[in-house]
Amino acid sequence: MKENEVLVKVEHLSKKFCKDLKTSLWYGVKDLYSNVLGNTQPRNLRPKEFWAVKDINFELRRGECLGLIGHNGAGKSTLLKILNGLINPDEGKVTIKGRVGALIELGAGFNPILSGRENIYNNGAILGFTRKEIDTKVEAIIDFAEIREFIDMPVQNYSSGMKVRLGFAVAAQLEPDVLLIDEVLAVGDLGFVLKCYKTIDKILPRTAIIFVSHSMPMVSRICNQIILLDNGTTKFQDKDVSKAIDLYYTRFVQNESNLLFTDETLELNEVKLLDCNKNSDNLYQLNWLDDLKIYFRFKLKKSIKNIPIFAIVILDKEQRPAAYLDLNNDFSNLEIKNNFIEFVVKHNKVQFSKGVYSVDIVVKREKTKNVYLRQNNILSFQIKHDLDIFPPFLLTSDFQKV
Amino acid sequence: MALETKIYQKENNTNIAKLLKDSIKDIYNSRFLSKQLAVRDIKAQYRQSFLGIIWAFITPLTTAFVWIFLNLTGTIRLTDTGIPYPVYAFSGTLLWSIIKEAIDAPMSSTTAAKGLLSKINFPKEALLVSGIYKLLFNSLVKIIILLVFLVVFGVGFHSSLLLFPFAFLGAILFGTTIGLFITPIGMLYNDIKKIISLGLGFLMYATPVVYAIPKEGLMKTLMELNPFTPIISTTRAFIVGQSPEYLAYYGWVLAVCIPLLVVGLLLYRISIPILVERMSA
Repeated sequence: MKENEVLVKVEHLSKKFCKDLKTSLWYGVKDLYSNVLGNTQPRNLRPKEFWAVKDINFELRRGECLGLIGHNGAGKSTLLKILNGLINPDEGKVTIKGRVGALIELGAGFNPILSGRENIYNNGAILGFTRKEIDTKVEAIIDFAEIREFIDMPVQNYSSGMKVRLGFAVAAQLEPDVLLIDEVLAVGDLGFVLKCYKTIDKILPRTAIIFVSHSMPMVSRICNQIILLDNGTTKFQDKDVSKAIDLYYTRFVQNESNLLFTDETLELNEVKLLDCNKNSDNLYQLNWLDDLKIYFRFKLKKSIKNIPIFAIVILDKEQRPAAYLDLNNDFSNLEIKNNFIEFVVKHNKVQFSKGVYSVDIVVKREKTKNVYLRQNNILSFQIKHDLDIFPPFLLTSDFQKV
Repeated sequence: MALETKIYQKENNTNIAKLLKDSIKDIYNSRFLSKQLAVRDIKAQYRQSFLGIIWAFITPLTTAFVWIFLNLTGTIRLTDTGIPYPVYAFSGTLLWSIIKEAIDAPMSSTTAAKGLLSKINFPKEALLVSGIYKLLFNSLVKIIILLVFLVVFGVGFHSSLLLFPFAFLGAILFGTTIGLFITPIGMLYNDIKKIISLGLGFLMYATPVVYAIPKEGLMKTLMELNPFTPIISTTRAFIVGQSPEYLAYYGWVLAVCIPLLVVGLLLYRISIPILVERMSA
C-alpha cells in the first residue's frame, strides 16, 4: 500500500437542482425515463434549474484533509452527497478508492421506541457492520458514548446530546479509507466535541478526510487544503488554509452598524480610525504594532450631568469578544461642548494577530448600570501581518539565550 | 488487499448483467441489515401497541365477517363455492390482504427510509428485503388463523396443503413485482399510492375473493382475464384441497413475473439516486 496514493479524485464535477417543486418532480419522471435508457446526452439547464455545484476539481491522498467551506447554500452538502454516492453528478466524474465512511447523520436508523443497545445494532447494520462485528464492539461503543447507565432505556428519552454521542460512538468504530464529515460534531458538550476530534486525529493518518464545517478554528486545525465554495463554484482552492479562511471571513464582514439599545439620551455621530488607510473595500488597515486611535463624536439629545462611561469592546473574526479597552475615568478630561462629546481613544502598539476585527460600544451612566446606548459593529479594521495564526493575539516576545 | 474503486458519473451503467450482479451482491451482503431493519420495525410496532399482533389479521377478518354475515342472513345470494362459505371468504380476504401488502411493501419501506436515503449510502435492496420479511411475519399470523378456520369448519388438512407455501411465495412474488414497478413514480407523486389503493379496492370485486366466479356474463369474462384471479383461486385451491381451475394461467402469470421482478429490481436500483435528488432537502 503506497502511503500517498490518491484516494479521491474529482474531475469537473457539476450538479444542477431545480427551484420549483412541481417542475422538479416532473423532471424527476423524465430523468427516470431517460436514465433507464442510459442517458449520455450533455446536461443543459432546463427552465427553473440552476447549478448547485459547478466544475469542482480536486485530488485527495491518504493522510490529507480537505476542508469545504462556504456560506449556507454554497453547495457543500450537495458535493458531499455526490461523493457519498447518494446522488449522481450531471457532469464530470468522481473516483473513490476504498471504504467510504460518512459522518453526515449520526444515529441513522435509530428507532425512538427501542433501547440504546438495540439501536446500536440498527445503526451499525446501516453503517455496514455485520452482527459479529457489532457483538464484539458493543461494549466499546457503550463505553465510548459514556451512557452505560441508560443503555437499556428507550432512545426517545435520551437527550439530543446523548443520541449524538451514541451515534458517534458507533460511527467511530468504522475504519474507512475515505471519511466524509458534515457539520455533525457541533452538537454535544465540549468534552464530547474534544473526544470526537481526538478520534479524527487518530484516524487521519490512515484516511483521506473531507470536512465540511463553519467552524474555522476546527478547519484550520485539521485541514491541509481548502476549497472555498461560493454559489456552487470554486472561489478559492489551495493549500494555504489561512488565506482561504480570511477570504471566507471577508464575505461576512458587515458594514452595517447595529443599534441594539438607546434611551435617546445620546447618539453616535461619527466614528473613525485616525492615521490609518482604507483598502478598496473601505476597510481600515493597520499593521501589527501600529497604534490604534479611534475617534468618536457623540451628540447629546438630552442634557446630562456627568460624562458617561464608554465601554469599547473589540471582537475577533468569529465575533467573539477579544478585548476591552480600559474605561474612561475622571482623569480622562472628557467634556461636553455644544451638546457634543468628542474624544480619541488610543491603544499603543496593537498586538492583535492578522485578521479582521470589529468594535462594539456601550455607553453607560455608571460603570455597571444605566445604559444609555448599546451599538454593535460601529467600526471594522484589518490587522496585517505575515504570520497566519488563529488566536486573536500575537504578543511581542523576546527570546534570550540563557 | 486491493481497494475497491467506485466511480460516480452521469452516465449510468447500462450493462444489464453488471447491474444485476451488483444488485444480487448487495442483496446478499446486506442480509444482516435487512433482517435488522425488519426486526426493528416489528419490535417497535408491537412494543407501542396494546392489542399487538391482532392488528395483523383484524382487517381481512372483519371484511370476511361482513360477507359471512351478509350471506348467512340471506341479504345477498352467492354462487355455491364448494366449501363452507366462512372458509372461502376468510381465505379470500386473507390472500387478498397478503397480495395487497406485497404491492405496498416496496414503496412503504422506501418511503419510511427517506431520511436515511438522503444521508447514508447503504444497499437499498435491503429495504425491499426487509419489507418482505415484515410481510412474511404478518402473513404467518394470518395463516395460523386460517388453519384454525380449516379445522373448525371441518375442511381439514389435505395433502395439497404442502403446495401452499410455494403458492404463498408465488403470491408474494406477484405482489412485489407490481410494487417494484410503481415505486419509482410513486416516490415522486403521492397520487400513485392513492390510485393504487383505490384501484385495488375495485379490483377486489373482480377477483374471486368473497364470491366465486359467476357461470356466465360480463363479470365472468372480467374475472377470468384478471391476473389476480389465478393467484387467489389456485392458492385457495391448495389450501382447501380443491382442484385448481386456472392452473395454466397461474403458471403463465408467475413465469412472466420472474423476469419482470428482475427488471423491477434494476429499475429500482437505477431510480434511487434520482429519487433521492428530488426528495432530499
